[in-house]
Amino acid sequence: MSQTTKQDILRVNDLKAYYQMNYFGVNREVRAVDGITMTVRKGEVYGIAGESSSGKTSFIKVLAAAIRPPLRVVSGTVEFDFKSGKIDVAHASPSEVERVRWRDLSYIMQGSMSVLNPVRKIGKTFRDFAFRPLGLSNEAFEARVIEHLRRLKLPPEVLNAFPHELSGGMRQRVTIGLATVCHPEFVIADEPTTALDVVVQKEVLGLIREIQQDMNSSVVFVTHDMSVHANMADRVGIIYAGRLVEEGPTREMFFAPKHPYTAHLVASLPRIGDTTQRPALEGRPPNLADPPQGCRFHPRCPLAVDKCRKDVPPLEQVGPDHRTACWRWQDVKPLVSPHVAHGVMA
Amino acid sequence: MTTLLEVRNVNKRFTMGGLLGRRVINAVQDANLTLSSDKPEIFTIIGESGSGKTTLARMILGLELPTSGEISFAGKTVSHRVGRQERLDFMAKVQPVFQNPFEAFNPLKRVDRYLESTARRFLRLKSRDDLDGAMDGALQKVGLSLAEVRGRYPHEMSGGQLQRAAIARALIPNPPLLVADEPVSMVDASLRMSIVNLLKSLRDDLGVSVIYITHDLATAYYISNRLIIMQRGRIVEMGDARTVLDNPEHPYSRLLKASVLSTEDAGAGKLATDPEMVELANELVKRPGRLVDRPDGRMVMSYDRA
Repeated sequence: MSQTTKQDILRVNDLKAYYQMNYFGVNREVRAVDGITMTVRKGEVYGIAGESSSGKTSFIKVLAAAIRPPLRVVSGTVEFDFKSGKIDVAHASPSEVERVRWRDLSYIMQGSMSVLNPVRKIGKTFRDFAFRPLGLSNEAFEARVIEHLRRLKLPPEVLNAFPHELSGGMRQRVTIGLATVCHPEFVIADEPTTALDVVVQKEVLGLIREIQQDMNSSVVFVTHDMSVHANMADRVGIIYAGRLVEEGPTREMFFAPKHPYTAHLVASLPRIGDTTQRPALEGRPPNLADPPQGCRFHPRCPLAVDKCRKDVPPLEQVGPDHRTACWRWQDVKPLVSPHVAHGVMA
Repeated sequence: MTTLLEVRNVNKRFTMGGLLGRRVINAVQDANLTLSSDKPEIFTIIGESGSGKTTLARMILGLELPTSGEISFAGKTVSHRVGRQERLDFMAKVQPVFQNPFEAFNPLKRVDRYLESTARRFLRLKSRDDLDGAMDGALQKVGLSLAEVRGRYPHEMSGGQLQRAAIARALIPNPPLLVADEPVSMVDASLRMSIVNLLKSLRDDLGVSVIYITHDLATAYYISNRLIIMQRGRIVEMGDARTVLDNPEHPYSRLLKASVLSTEDAGAGKLATDPEMVELANELVKRPGRLVDRPDGRMVMSYDRA
């Protein structure tokens, strides 16, 4: 699966993005992204997992150059290496971002229902999005859109439909179409299938994967659903309380995790054919305005020792392509074995 | 065997549109199911959006009247068109838990106020001590305590805590039946299992029956005793949860199972669905059929040859 070239397309270096708010004269700083360093390679699908309020959405907002106050990049760089040139979207001017938006860097948004303009036909929406970046003549543009829709298994008639006339799965395919019609080199997807039914979800994921391979683009996608990551991602990164706590090839993350939080996320997935008691992680994600000292996971961690309460563990290399931020990573045991029978597939 | 809940030949039709372009939607067609009060169980209703699972639940809660057929709870017909006292008595016995706890609670109201008004209403408690006792008792059952919840607004609690508080509220009148409509689909993955395990312990330790509505086959397999699979308003397969999900017989049940993303081959990127399966399942929607008993105790919809 991971026939990736070793070339990086995205380099994030020690990125810090905080929400800075001033309510009634009191300054509050929420450290939503607190020192993330990672890279994404050309042609790679990189999955980001994390629970709500872990800062994963803030992180991809920065990647997508959709930073609005009160979110502010405090330090660090987000460098894309597109064919059309390098750009640091964390510090680029609006016009520079405009140059790469949709053409090189594209974004599949969460909730297909609310993304499409309800009073505009799909065809017009395509025109709004893609006509300028593509820079084609009217006929060529039309042909390109229809060709692209065909690839998404959508009939050309949808161009004359309003969003409410389409089913949820079709709408989601239309938003994928909008995001990919310019053949971007880099696509960011935020919970692209969360609201979809199981059958449609699998279909839509398969489609994203297919288009990604066709165009050989890179995809960063975010969801808290680990089973989606298992089937989509080449590599998975886990964000906890604004920090990347573990990153590695998908298979290793599932069967040989090196961070207790990852081990828990994987172990808590129920499976058909297995009714053994699943552990639940107690406690709640930390408040990012007042994160705990030391390792931010220590209040919920079964392995926590004194060192974890005082010192922040660095993200260190523990294998090829595998990094973890845990003082006790050698003691992390996978909580489930990969050999559990999966029932009889009909 | 005494019956707790009986759903007999229930149909629900909704009419859409006005004079022109009037359309009839059969939300639930010919649903039959029985829950016994002798042995508490988790009864799961599986279906995609538009399968009628929520409509069925709303009818069981008495929020919606069936177009035809009858739903009875402990021998009495369920309806919201009854006297206030009778309705209250019913509500004390069948309690709902909704999908999104952040929407179920008013953000401007403290969470303990909900628990308190439930206790006042159904248990007729008046004194401060009695109310606190009832609230704390229910919260203890879900692994919280009154001290943790008192005075807090919904936004001050995590999704998992809030959903547990919602379950605690439902438990205050000691109902024999809970109707939980997708109680975990809005809860984070790391907290999801705590809610699912809680439903399990309600059944095992407190003897509460639960109607668990979900589209997630994996959690259904994990906790439920029996289940039904609904497709566009019709029950297509019904039976023991393990029997059905280990080896589903109806094409639609098979499609659902095949669509569950497995973690067995993590990293292999297997995402292909067999288009023939989808086509077959879609085609069966239009065909008339009836539920037939199978030797292993399940019921599967069988269709007349066209």
